[in-house]
Amino acid sequence: MSVLVFIDHSEGHVKKASLEALSYGAALAGQLGTTAEGIILGTVTEDLAALGKYGVKKIHQLAQESLNHLDAQVYARIIAEAAVATGANVLIFSNNLSGKAVAPRVAVRLKAGLVSGAVALPNISNGFVVKKNVFSGKAFANISLNSPIKIVSLNPNAFAPKAGEGQAAVAALSIQAGTAKVKVVSATQATGQVPLTEAEIVVSGGRGLKGPENWGMIEELAKLLGAATACSRPVADAHWRPHNEHVGQTGIAIAPNLYIAIGISGAIQHLAGVNRSKVIAVINKDPEAPFFKAADYGIVGDAFEVVPKLIQAVKKLKGIA
Amino acid sequence: MLTLNSFGIMKILVCISKTPDTTAKIAFTQNNTKFATDGVQWIINPYDEWYALVRAIELKEKDPSTVIHLITVGAADAEPIIRKALALGGDEAIRVNADSHDSFYIASQIAAIAKDGNYDLIFTGKETIDYNGSSIGGMVAELLDLPYISLATKFDLGGTTATVVREIEGGEETDSVSLPVVVSCQKGVAEQRIPNMKGIMSARTKPLKVVEPAAVEPLTNVVSFELPPAKAGVKLVPADNPEELIRLLHEEAKAF
Ligand SMILES: Cc1cc2nc3c(=O)[nH]c(=O)nc-3n(C[C@H](O)[C@H](O)[C@H](O)COP(=O)(O)OP(=O)(O)OC[C@H]3O[C@@H](n4cnc5c(N)ncnc54)[C@H](O)[C@@H]3O)c2cc1C
Ligand SMILES: Nc1ncnc2c1ncn2[C@@H]1O[C@H](COP(=O)(O)O)[C@@H](O)[C@H]1O
Repeated sequence: MSVLVFIDHSEGHVKKASLEALSYGAALAGQLGTTAEGIILGTVTEDLAALGKYGVKKIHQLAQESLNHLDAQVYARIIAEAAVATGANVLIFSNNLSGKAVAPRVAVRLKAGLVSGAVALPNISNGFVVKKNVFSGKAFANISLNSPIKIVSLNPNAFAPKAGEGQAAVAALSIQAGTAKVKVVSATQATGQVPLTEAEIVVSGGRGLKGPENWGMIEELAKLLGAATACSRPVADAHWRPHNEHVGQTGIAIAPNLYIAIGISGAIQHLAGVNRSKVIAVINKDPEAPFFKAADYGIVGDAFEVVPKLIQAVKKLKGIA
Repeated sequence: MLTLNSFGIMKILVCISKTPDTTAKIAFTQNNTKFATDGVQWIINPYDEWYALVRAIELKEKDPSTVIHLITVGAADAEPIIRKALALGGDEAIRVNADSHDSFYIASQIAAIAKDGNYDLIFTGKETIDYNGSSIGGMVAELLDLPYISLATKFDLGGTTATVVREIEGGEETDSVSLPVVVSCQKGVAEQRIPNMKGIMSARTKPLKVVEPAAVEPLTNVVSFELPPAKAGVKLVPADNPEELIRLLHEEAKAF
């Protein structure tokens, strides 16, 4: 019996979402009176043993360069086999894009019940019940996992990584990696930018900004705050901003610590993607904009006057002249 | 095992689910164990309709010999939804007569039908907007031992090879894969359409087959629902003093 945590990485680095998953797995192992271990496929530049500080005792690695690209079918076979070999009865994934590709396949291989989008540790007082997000952030469901092996995929930003002391033992997996049926023709990865789903702060603009030429101030504010930028759907539809910035019911769902919405009305479909943000600040010239009902802080005012002043205020706070 | 249809006819299976309208009021009854369906408008899950189904229809428009089947795992109350999907396009529909929210159960039903159907392509939506699993496509693919391309933003066919652009963490990737394949579709794959009168009329006579579910043990069940705690209310800062907002976010909310 143990908890096995899938460690996702790109460009040589373990993703923040996986640090959350490791901490979550370790906390769960504590609840269950067992140990947590990690599994990583491919190679990273950082020291894997140091991940022990998140509470995992051992990390299983299949250190093959070819695995640095994630192929869901290849990955699922290896992970399922490793789970059986290590006697894992709970597997943890991050519910990021990698997790969404791999976890369902592993679930089938292990005949394991899967809860995707968990937001808290399982309740094990009576069975194994996991709280997850449903209705696009408008509610939660408590789901009971009834299979001997269980899989939980944790929503990004739902569980803060906790670093303590400790080193993990790193052990090589001896599992044959299969060949991928999917051929990667090309990949583009935005470097240097904060990925939207991992961002702790998101600055977002809507149709109230009138046109793409006015996004300079949004980008400047975001940069100063170390934030990612996002937008409402009509903004992406009009090609003012790239599609991968569109948040909401039909776009990306995010849960940052702070969401700053500028010139966005707050339609229910927009809120569906952002209502799990811990703090929401809204800038809108219409006091009746529905977004104010979902907000923690707000300014009723013209974005073109307010945002430059916000930029000045952040600069002052950060000591930038 | 699926094989490419030897007659050179493309066969596509589109997975259609029924979800509450995006503006539906979310409330629960029976001691928070059931979703309150009173007054709820049901729609085709937007990802299934706008992207998966429309892309399949576009492929058929390019190659009219293409056959499109729709499948839904749902009770009789899913019929208006599958009829609406038929009105948009598609040749026939299959309803597996079962009501479940366990992803493994639903995926097993779809795989059981697909096994005998010789489909070259299986399209799903990115996720259902009610249970937000984003899991069915991957499960169906694993059950059929097929490749699965998740979260496609573009899908093109050249003969029996598909070229798919999909979203990956922080970027996108272009993949090439031989059919058969399972693909989950999101924004970018197609543009939303509105059914026309001809489609609506012809949908009435298109075959809708009801089949009983395969015996599968669900692996999860919903114990209860909760609504998020209400917000305390917005704290408004005067427009002439935005500095105060930054101070509050920094000192009071500790957001940065
Ligand atoms: C099925 C479905 C799914 C959808 N999915 C999504 C989704 O995923 N994401 C999404 O965002 N939308 C989605 N929508 C669309 C959604 O309903 C709204 O139409 C959309 O969110 C509105 O975008 P907006 O707030 O930018 O624009 P608008 O509604 O036009 O609002 C602009 C706002 O800017 C304010 N404003 C104007 N000028 C200024 C100024 N100078 N300074 C400050 N404020 C100003 C206005 O008061 C107004 O509140 C969906 C709709 C449907 C039907
Ligand atoms: N009951 C169902 N019947 C048919 N297809 C479904 C059903 N539920 C989900 N799907 C398909 O699987 C996709 C992903 O659903 P989910 O994994 O539940 O978020 C949906 O967009 C549909 O295409």
